[in-house]
Amino acid sequence: MADGATPVLDVRGLKTVFRTRGGEVHAVNGVSFHLDPGELLGVVGESGSGKSVTMMSLIGLLPSPPADVRGGTVMLGGRDLLRIGADDLRDVRGAKVGFVFQDPMTSLNPVFTVGNQIMEPLIRHMGMTKQQAEVRAAELLSLVGIPDAKKRLKSYPHQFSGGMRQRVMIAIALACDPDVLIADEPTTALDVTIQAQILELVKDLRQKLGMAIVWITHDLGVIAGIADRVMVMYGGQVVEQAPVRELFSNPQHPYTRALLKTIPSLTGAREDRLQVIQGQPPILAGEPTACPFRARCAHVFDRCHAENPQRRALDGRPVGRGHDVACHWTAEARDA
Amino acid sequence: MLDATAALRPLVQVRDLKMYFPIYSGLLRRHTGDVKAVDGVSFDILPGETLGLVGESGCGKSTVGRALLRLYEITGGTVVVNGTDIASLDSEALRRARPQMQMVFQDPQASLNPRMSLADIIGEPLREHTDWDASRKLARVYELMDAVGLNRRFANRFPHEFSGGQRQRIGIARALALNPRFIVCDEPIAALDVSIQAQVVNLLEDLQDQFGLTYLFISHDLSMVRHIADRVAVMYLGRIAELSPRDALYARPLHPYAEALLSAVPEPDPTLARARQRIVLQGDVPSPANPPKGCNFCTRCPKVFDLCREVKPELAEVEPGRFVACHLFANTSVAGSTGASDATEQTQQGVPR
Ligand SMILES: Nc1ncnc2c1ncn2[C@@H]1O[C@H](COP(=O)(O)OP(=O)(O)OP(=O)(O)O)[C@@H](O)[C@H]1O
Ligand SMILES: Nc1ncnc2c1ncn2[C@@H]1O[C@H](COP(=O)(O)OP(=O)(O)OP(=O)(O)O)[C@@H](O)[C@H]1O
Ligand SMILES: [Mg+2]
Ligand SMILES: [Mg+2]
Repeated sequence: MADGATPVLDVRGLKTVFRTRGGEVHAVNGVSFHLDPGELLGVVGESGSGKSVTMMSLIGLLPSPPADVRGGTVMLGGRDLLRIGADDLRDVRGAKVGFVFQDPMTSLNPVFTVGNQIMEPLIRHMGMTKQQAEVRAAELLSLVGIPDAKKRLKSYPHQFSGGMRQRVMIAIALACDPDVLIADEPTTALDVTIQAQILELVKDLRQKLGMAIVWITHDLGVIAGIADRVMVMYGGQVVEQAPVRELFSNPQHPYTRALLKTIPSLTGAREDRLQVIQGQPPILAGEPTACPFRARCAHVFDRCHAENPQRRALDGRPVGRGHDVACHWTAEARDA
Repeated sequence: MLDATAALRPLVQVRDLKMYFPIYSGLLRRHTGDVKAVDGVSFDILPGETLGLVGESGCGKSTVGRALLRLYEITGGTVVVNGTDIASLDSEALRRARPQMQMVFQDPQASLNPRMSLADIIGEPLREHTDWDASRKLARVYELMDAVGLNRRFANRFPHEFSGGQRQRIGIARALALNPRFIVCDEPIAALDVSIQAQVVNLLEDLQDQFGLTYLFISHDLSMVRHIADRVAVMYLGRIAELSPRDALYARPLHPYAEALLSAVPEPDPTLARARQRIVLQGDVPSPANPPKGCNFCTRCPKVFDLCREVKPELAEVEPGRFVACHLFANTSVAGSTGASDATEQTQQGVPR
């Protein structure tokens, strides 16, 4: 995509804090990213690094309190989603932005049938009749690979397996042909063959509808196969961002490098022990004043304790458009 | 790890396990059929061994795991754990047996009580099954939190205050609390990032080395299963398609479904990933309420022939230690073998590592 393309979604400086009895949790600390039409942005990062909270903040899905979205802008279709009313936001969520939640069991309502839950947005946002919605719901369910779809519409969520529930979530998110799909670990419960089928489906939708997609996953194999760009998060911040091939062939941030080393392989020698990144993730109790990765980094030096590194471009392109990294060590190493 | 001459008795013996969920329909809610989630599954797990269980979403893996711990009343077959027939236990005997067998659930959020703090959740089995005083319990809770990589400062937080991966680790810590002998791990690492996956898998392996733990490890992550499992069972639509030692399976899967499954693993290298040849399965996935007459895989198998549509293939030992349910291997059966139902035979081949 050219540098000049107008993004469908443009997020700047997003900050989200939770107020808890134990004090504040600074879960998202100034996250910026954009999404071009038809583009797939992969998001990876440590567990607890703020991937889900970032995406849920965008479209007002976090209950407040305890969540407090303190800053930033989220531009979609000329409007800032952080500054529109609750009703408008609900329409955006149903019709413009599809969301697949990480936890399928808790986001499906146990007392309604699966069919009801897929039909609801079709009736509400697409103006379909109940009969039309039912036909479309069955179509969507078989699109995500659930056999006997028509009959299965009458099942309740607990009668579905983990992976089937996840696919129901995908069907609901896709129901209204959204401009933007945000998928949070959408295939973790799926076996590889069905995952491959879902990935094909997603590729198709991108081509046909120009749907832009944020795909959160810890599965680097999936990222390698479908992402255009990748954003790496750590401690509530974006620490590196690059086109997918660049990220895999030339990772810069010490966290990214460590992450890429931890993947066990399917072929080749089987290691006795898997590689891990030593140490504990940061506590996020306050606004960051130093590099969040410093305690676990092999290259740490004075400056890392004194100052939180900003993202800087490595290739002269604007930050977010080429390869950028937030790391004093790579910056110093380059300048040296 | 294990002395090959000792411990030949399987810790877990499953024979012809069936778990059907009834379907009721019509106004009178009449029983009109069954979802055959598990339909005749047999296998052994040796003490100290890890059996990987893989297969398509909805094929019955979680149901097998739950049936093993008697979280369901099974429809048919037997499950013997450590010499006791699990299905025959009354509720008190079952309660006493519980600490020995634990489960890490697939859906971490749904299995954690939202009104309990993390320390209470992890400590719950200790309250129920030990008479330890508060400080000893807390010490154990901290120990478990360290083990799964949860910061001790989180002890008083509630489940909703954690990320998906953090919640999964709470479930693992709880399962480990009573030093069980046998753990069913249902997608224990699916929600975790790779580094923490590695940390948890290393932890499970350490505990296994230390305490001789036995695992049923359910996962769709075939590279992780390759790392952790000694033997792997591949399920398809309620039945086992292939059960083989790990290295043999990954080097040369025999069942056509196992072959397709292994070919579909995503490659963590963008250049290779886009060049890879997958076996993409065509045809409809049958419903477990109405499985095909012959082989369950016959509607999608690239190597299907007439017999497959007529007769269900039985699981048979086709090479030493390798069990396959497929007519392609009908003539290669190891003489005299009766498949997984012959415990001694299998254990000779199946000694881990
Ligand atoms: N309601 C809440 N109250 C307090 N802290 C919270 C709350 N929700 C999330 N957090 C914290 O915010 C941080 C970011 O959580 P988030 O769910 O975004 O992580 P994630 O990157 O999606 O991780 P995972 O890969 O495990 O899903 C975590 O440290 C989490 O503990
Ligand atoms: N309580 C229930 N009532 C009716 N059907 C059920 C019930 N629980 C499971 N099933 C059905 O049994 C089959 C097997 O489900 P199970 O959860 O064991 O699959 P799984 O192999 O664990 O799949 P996944 O990888 O998606 O978790 C599915 O078709 C599911 O719909
Ligand atoms: Mg998350
Ligand atoms: Mg399951």
